[in-house]
Amino acid sequence: MRHSLIITAALFATGAQAEVPRDFLARFEKEAGTAASAERGARFFTAKQGGEWSCASCHTERPTLAGRHARTDKAIAPLAPAANAERFTDAAKVDKWFRRNCNDTLNRLCSAQEKADVMAWLLSLK
Amino acid sequence: MKKLIALPALLAVLALPAHADNYSVPKHAAFQEECTSCHMAYPPQMLDADSWRAVMNGLSKHFGSDASIDQKRRAAIADFLVAHAGGRKTGGTRDANGKPLLRISETARFEKKHREIAAATWQRASIKSPANCTACHAQAAAGDYNERSIRIPK
Repeated sequence: MRHSLIITAALFATGAQAEVPRDFLARFEKEAGTAASAERGARFFTAKQGGEWSCASCHTERPTLAGRHARTDKAIAPLAPAANAERFTDAAKVDKWFRRNCNDTLNRLCSAQEKADVMAWLLSLK
Repeated sequence: MKKLIALPALLAVLALPAHADNYSVPKHAAFQEECTSCHMAYPPQMLDADSWRAVMNGLSKHFGSDASIDQKRRAAIADFLVAHAGGRKTGGTRDANGKPLLRISETARFEKKHREIAAATWQRASIKSPANCTACHAQAAAGDYNERSIRIPK
């Protein structure tokens, strides 16, 4: 009994940091209830949505490249998983940055569909 | 004899530059990770405790950006900043209404130290704003804001 508890706990502990980028595409598609579109994601990412900034203002229109913070000029490592293996491997970070950056660019949270589309586009970049 | 020993010691103290403050940032993992993802690590010593509390209580509108973080880390970073906050040395740290200033660049000490810098200089593309310490203080990240290390870019 005790052993199975320890094993279960260990599985949960490792599971918490075992995400890969495709997991987020699957999660957001499931939440949205529809398939993602990389093409729609590209448009969403590069166009301003009513605010002062688009996603590309900091992450560039080609997120396989490094970006710069639009206000502080601080270097930002590439966002696309193909160029940066650390991206989209930690659910807490993914949720934190979508929350903050959607608020900054849209003045609201992003829908699951918008997040799925962006994931699909980022995953398509080589 | 006593006087002979005291004199060199006194001279040594007088020779120390008055502006040789140490602004190196104490180690703190959550502070480093959360705060430096968007900007350089501003030294906790540059604001007083009330200002840091106000900054950390307003992260969802942090100078125009949503910088909100989870409650546990927010409290830990606030404690760290308050513990290392500057005292009197930061100069005036309240605005005209008595509210704590949020920007280091608005404190009396900062303004006094930068009084020779023209408004147009701050706006150069190579500098951008008073928040960009490293533009002129190349060693700022190491806590060195000494006059001898300053190079103002064109």
